[in-house]
Order: sequence, then structure tokens, then C-alpha cells
Amino acid sequence: MSEQPLLLEAHEVAKHFGGVKALQDVSLTIRRGEIYGLIGPNGAGKTTFFNCLTGLYKNESGHFVFDGVRLEADAPHKAAAVGIARTFQNIRLFGNMTAIENVMVGRHLRTRAGVLGAITRNAATRAEEAAITRRAEELLHYVGIHERAHDYAKHLSYGDQRRLEIARALATEPKLLALDEPAAGMNGTETEALRVLVEGICRDGVTVLLIEHDVKLVMGLCRRVAVFDYGEKICEDVPAVVQKDPRVIEAYLGGSVA
Amino acid sequence: MKGQFRRSVAGQRPWLGVLLLTAVLLLVPFVAGLGGQAWVRIANFAILYVFLALGLNIVVGYAGLLDLGYVAFYAVGAYTYALLASPHFGIHLPFWVILPLGAGLACMFGVLLGAPTLKLRGDYLAIVTLGFGEIVRIFMNNLNAPVNITNGAQGITLIDPIRIGDFSFSQSGTIFGITLSGPQKYYFLLVVLALLVIVVNVRLQNSRIGRSWQAIREDEVAAKACGINTRNIKLLAFAMGASFGGIAGGVFAAMQGFVSPESFSLMESITILSMVVLGGMGHIPGVILGAVLLTGLPEVLRYGIEPLQRAVFGRMIVDPESLRMLVFGLALVLVMRFRPAGLWPSSQRLRELAETAD
Amino acid sequence: MDTLLQQLINGITLGAVYALVALGYTMVYGIIGLINFAHGEVVMIGTMVAFTVIVSLAGSAMAPLMILGIGVAVSVVVCMVLGWALERVAYRPLRHAPRLTPLITAIGMSIVLQNVAMIIWGRNYITFPPMIGKHIYEFGGASFTNVQIAIVTLAALMMLGLIYLVHRTRIGMAMRATAQNQHVAALMGVDIDRVIAMAFIIGSALGAVAGCMVGSYYEIAHYQMGFMLGLKAFTAAVLGGIGNLAGAMAGGLLLGVIEALGAGYIGDLTGDFLGSHYQDIFAFIVLIIVLMFRPSGLFGERTGDRA
Repeated sequence: MSEQPLLLEAHEVAKHFGGVKALQDVSLTIRRGEIYGLIGPNGAGKTTFFNCLTGLYKNESGHFVFDGVRLEADAPHKAAAVGIARTFQNIRLFGNMTAIENVMVGRHLRTRAGVLGAITRNAATRAEEAAITRRAEELLHYVGIHERAHDYAKHLSYGDQRRLEIARALATEPKLLALDEPAAGMNGTETEALRVLVEGICRDGVTVLLIEHDVKLVMGLCRRVAVFDYGEKICEDVPAVVQKDPRVIEAYLGGSVA
Repeated sequence: MKGQFRRSVAGQRPWLGVLLLTAVLLLVPFVAGLGGQAWVRIANFAILYVFLALGLNIVVGYAGLLDLGYVAFYAVGAYTYALLASPHFGIHLPFWVILPLGAGLACMFGVLLGAPTLKLRGDYLAIVTLGFGEIVRIFMNNLNAPVNITNGAQGITLIDPIRIGDFSFSQSGTIFGITLSGPQKYYFLLVVLALLVIVVNVRLQNSRIGRSWQAIREDEVAAKACGINTRNIKLLAFAMGASFGGIAGGVFAAMQGFVSPESFSLMESITILSMVVLGGMGHIPGVILGAVLLTGLPEVLRYGIEPLQRAVFGRMIVDPESLRMLVFGLALVLVMRFRPAGLWPSSQRLRELAETAD
Repeated sequence: MDTLLQQLINGITLGAVYALVALGYTMVYGIIGLINFAHGEVVMIGTMVAFTVIVSLAGSAMAPLMILGIGVAVSVVVCMVLGWALERVAYRPLRHAPRLTPLITAIGMSIVLQNVAMIIWGRNYITFPPMIGKHIYEFGGASFTNVQIAIVTLAALMMLGLIYLVHRTRIGMAMRATAQNQHVAALMGVDIDRVIAMAFIIGSALGAVAGCMVGSYYEIAHYQMGFMLGLKAFTAAVLGGIGNLAGAMAGGLLLGVIEALGAGYIGDLTGDFLGSHYQDIFAFIVLIIVLMFRPSGLFGERTGDRA
């Protein structure tokens, strides 16, 4: 099996908040088709990295190259348009919309019906609307919460909300799916189901970037892992090597217990 | 399952409701006409306000943007009509040219104002739109010198009515053996327009665009992450609302035959916004109720306060105009106090409300 | 007479009044995030009450300055009560309602107050009796009156007092804490209800003084005067970065000066196409431009979205 082409390259990305250096010249590369883990103690800059990547923050220096093209990610919707979808650490669903409606919103990017289509409800619009609904149903099936399709997002259980957020992200047809602590707050059974889901997503051709505190999950899922500490990437390798790296042990034991 | 069940029950006799509503809508101008044409005019204004309020509903109710200068777009439409169909410049274009033109101009102003400001926080947007409304009014008031464009505070008179061939909406005439007064003719025109805007509202709500608006209202960051260009989608709502304001303005000018800056005060913007919020933001029947109530209430008070005072005190104690406004203000306060989601909110808003109360 | 210096002097006088009123908006907004639309009306009521007191005492043997002082004092007390009552009756029950709800209530209260004023004081302009014998001073081709000096001095003193209150007293600290984070402040034992009420009371007191200043300066009062004044003051608050006290002061002064200069020079700038009756549009045009380039106002903090 030969090396897959590069999907994402981060080149010396830096981000400051006032005097705090949240990210210090972080460089890393993710290959197409892999599951890449991002770990590190709280406040290490993992989520900041996500936010820079998805255009929510503007990094002061450095840049990203995605699928061979330099990202001008000054707006989150552009990041989504080139194929980077994400979930949020503190789940951000549209709580007063149903599960299926949440996923349908995710289809926005890949559909085009405008105001005129909506008002006249012409054949093309109706066909598109049907396709949106169908795709949303498929995705709910895919993540395994289709029974809850017509429940309001805010009434779903915690684990189901995480799954729904993944389904919504997948609806944008991403090349890269960035998951921010998807297993947080899950019990053992739910985490295991999540592992199966993420593996499936990867098998179906979506590259996955994963922030996670659950070390067992990360080690089991990821092909390569980067460790962040104080905004710096201190180590990057296959899980088995990372686990034994003295700098990583130092970061975890020296810092707070993650 | 539950949703399907409810739908089938509601769907059993939809024609009954439609029939009843049609009958009422058909009878209103004739019943009102019994009390004099003034009452027909009031009914006309109620429907015009339904139109305006539903236009603003797209901006405030759907996209969640607080627009306090909506009346500016109404004014743009009205003045477009007045200037292009009156002796003021001696231009008399037909309505089917001017109404779309007015809508287009209002839309353009909406985009010009919205493009730089829609990224602002909600309250800032409110004050910017409010300021814009005042700017438009001040210009209308003062653009009579050195070149007389708007005729200043005197306003523009003798505006052409809407006319299709020989059929003028301002004169009474007989159609299908029924004699209709001018206001009664306008009534039916307004009903058609109102139905149009209702259809637009309903269809937009359940569309790709409507979902995006709701998503933005719920969580703008998440909406962006889903690939929604929130600024453009908000601008779309703003421009659509403005266009409807422009059309309403044109019809207003034609119906009244007279426009002056006085009709486009901030109070007017506030009244329309109150209709939307009081009735139930984002809920079409609620907004219609709000518009009808807030048009009707002042009129009822106008005709009720004076006789009441004379009956009770034997003379006028308090100026009826200020008492009328006083009651209007109190009504706003009381409804917000006891029904914060509006008089007839959608189940959606009730849920959102329940959430914020947590 | 229309020199630059003259425009500046007039602008600063007007700006001092805007700043005082703007403080009332910004304090309330900073703490509960509400545009208190009725604040302009509170200012108007302040002017009207002072007018009534002064007129009824004008025939007495008291010194004019004494009468003016009593008028201002009564007006301050009435407005403080009014501000407190507004918060207690109209806004407090809506503290957890959707954002638009209290705003509509504020608009409703504004309409109510305006019409109550109209019922009490009539719909015509009333002349505010001048209590200070007017002296005109000349300086570098410009003139200014002792009334203007009094207005600017008093405004400056009140602002200093407010800064002292906010930064050096317990209630001030509680106010700043509440503005930062209401929930945490409450957990730390801050009485949120009291803090919010205080913001309304202090803001109304400042507004009452501002109302008396406007009355003395223009020697005229009207039941609708609070509307435009309030709007401009709110604009000033946004200009300076709403929620920011120093910003409101700076925004008020800036707006006053811009308006005076704008009204003075608009004719020259547009070849007499637009005249000085366009004075009122400057506030809004400046506002729109400033917000386009600095969405949080001139001195406001930038708050980014957090994921």
C-alpha cells in the first residue's frame, strides 16, 4: 500500500490572544483517507487549531493548504465549501429544529434553490427538496438515529446529539471531517459505537481529524497522532511511539490530569 | 406518527375553512360600506398593514434581524409612485411600470444599507436602520429647495390612481352587476396582494432559504460551519422585506392620492414592528392578527373615546388623540408582560421561549 | 460669527448634554443589554418637572438661582423615582424573555410617557423661564454665555462623580461585576436586582440634569423633545462603544461637535444644495460610517465569536 496524497498541510500556523500564545508555529500534514488524532492537555491549543482551520479565527501567521489549494479561510462558510466540515466541543445544534431539519441545513451548501424557486415551487425545486430530504434520511440512518428524525434536536440524548452533529457535518459532503471531542461525556457502550461510526466514515472515503481526550479511543482509531502542549506540537507519530515519548508523558503528568 | 395523525385530522375539511374565510373576505367591504366608506378605508389600511407586517416578518421573524427603519422602504416606494404618476413633474407612468420600479429601488436601498451593516450585532443594526429611516424622512422633508424634488413637508398631491385601461380603482363603478365604490375596488386589489405575500411567506418558511434563516437565528456560528454564507442570506431577507415595503408604498400612494413625509415617521416603523411582535413573530396568522388589531384598535378608540368622555363627564376632559396613543402604548407593554411570545405565537416560538426561560 | 471656534463651542455644549443622556443608555445596556427607549422620555419629563417647579416659584421672594436649584433637585428626584419604577414595573418581569420583548415594552413605555406629558403639559411649546441672567463673553471672534459655561462645568463634574462612583465604591464595583457576568456576580453575593435598579436610577438622575440643561439652553420645552434627544444620545453611546462609560462621554462630545460643524459647513460643502436643516442627519451618517469600520464603536471592545 503506497502513501496516500496529502489532503491538509498546516504551515507554521500561529494564533495569539492578547499575550497568550495559543498556537505557536504549528505545522502538520494529514494524508487522504487517514484518521489523524490531536491530543494534549486542556488549553493546549487543539480547539484553537480547529477554529483557525475552519475560518472561525484568523491566524496571525502561517497558512493551510487543503487538497493542493491554499486556503483563504477568512470565513467559516468558505472552509465548509472547499470540503472541511466540523463538529463542536460543546455541541452546537439548532435546538428548536428537528433532527432531520438539522441535517437538511447541512445540505445548504450542495443545493441551490433560491427565493424564486421557493416561491414558485417549480419542478426543479421540488425535486431538489425531495433529494435533500432523502439524503438527510440516509445520513440519519448512517449515524443510527433515524428513529429520532422528527424529534427536536434539543430533546435528543447527549450521545444522539453528538451523532446528529456528525450527520449534519457529513451532509456538507466534506473531504475532511474535523471532530472536536466527539466522545466527551459518553459511556463505554456509546464510545464503542462512536468508534465503529468513525471507522465507517473513514472507510467511506472521508478523512478524519479527531480531537479527543479518551486516549484509548484515539490509540485504537488513529493511524497517526499529534500531541499539542502550550500551543506547540511536541510530537507526531504512530500511536505506539507517541505513547512512549517522554515529552508526551511529561506534558500529561506535568500538566493537569486530562 | 403523532404529526401524521394531526395532519390528517386538520386535512379532513380544509375546504370548509377556506370557504368560510373567502365568504368573510368577500363580505367585509360591503358590511363595512354600510357604516360609510370611511370604514372601508380602515379595512383597506388593515390589509395594507397585513402586507407590510408580513414583509417585515421575513426580516424580523424569519431572519431575526431587528429593523427599526422599515418605513424608509415604504417611503421609497410611495415617493417613487408619487413622483412618476402625478402632475408634480407632469409624468404619468402606468402602475405596472412604477410598482416594480419602486420595489426595485427599495430593494436597492435595502442592499446598500444592509451590505455594510448586517454583520453588526442586532442592537446596532436596530439603531442603524432607525437612523436610516430618519435620514430618508429628513431628505423628503427638505428636498424642495433649491431644486424642488419632493415638495417638502407639503407633500405631493393629485397622484394618479391605479388604472387598468379604462378601469380606474379610484372611481365607483359596476362590475358583474354589483356597484363598487373606489375604496371597495382597492379592497379587492389589496386582498389579492396580501394573499400573494402570505403565499410567499409560507413557501419561504418551508424552503432551503427558510431553513437557513432559522439556523442563523438558532446559532449563527453553527450555521456558518454548515456552509451558509450568513451575510448573504441575511441580506436576502433584508432586501426582500425592503421590496415588499416598496410595493406597499406604491399602493399606498395610489390609494391615498397624496403622500407627505408625515406618513413615514419612526412611529410608523414602530407600529409595523409592533404588529409583528405583538401578533407572534414568524407566525403568519399571528402577524395578520397583530396587523388587523393594531390598525383597528386606534380607530375604535378614536370613535369610542370622545362619546365615552362626553357620556361620563359631560365634556371632553382629555385630548382623544393622546389618550388613543396612551392606550396603544399600554397595550404594547401589557401584551409583552403577559404574552411575551405574542398574542398568537407559533409552537416554534413557544419552544424557543421555554428554552430561554430555563 | 460663524467661525470654527464658535461651532466648536456650541458643539461642546450640545455634546456635554448628549454625553449625560448617553450615560443613561450605556449603563443600562452595559448591564442588561436593553436599549431603554424610554430614557429620552425620562429626560423630557425631567425638563417638564423643572419647568413646572420654576414657574410656580418664580413669583416668590427666593433668589433665581435658588429657584433653579430647587427645580433641578425636584426634577432629579422625580426622574429617579420614574427610572426606578420603569425598571421595576415594566422591565424586571421580562428579564428572561426573548430579546425583542423588553425592547417593545420600552417603546410602549416611551409612547405612554410622551402622551402622559402631553396630557399634563399640553401639545404646545412651553417657554422655559431663564433663571440665570445671561452674560455673553467674547473670545477670539466667538461668543459664549455663562449658561454654556455652567452646562459644560456641571456636566464635567457629574461625569467625574460617576467615574468615582463606578470605580471607587462598593455599588460601583458590583455594577462592573454584573456588567461582566451577571451569573458569576450573583454567585459572589452581588444583589443583581439592586444593581440594575441603581443603573436606572443613576441614569435617570443624569438625564434629569441634562433635561434641565437643555431647557435652560434653548429656553424652550416640548413633550416630543425627548425623542430626538434620546435618539442622538443613544447614537452617541453606540458611537463610543455601548456599555463603555468613557466611550459614552467621548461619543457625546464628538457627536455634538460633528453636528455643530456639519450644520455650519454643509451649505459650503454642497454648494448650498443642502442647508442647515439637515443637521439631524449627521448623527446617523457618522454612526453608519463608524460602525462600518469599527463595529464595536470607537472605544468598544472587540468580542469575537467563541466556538
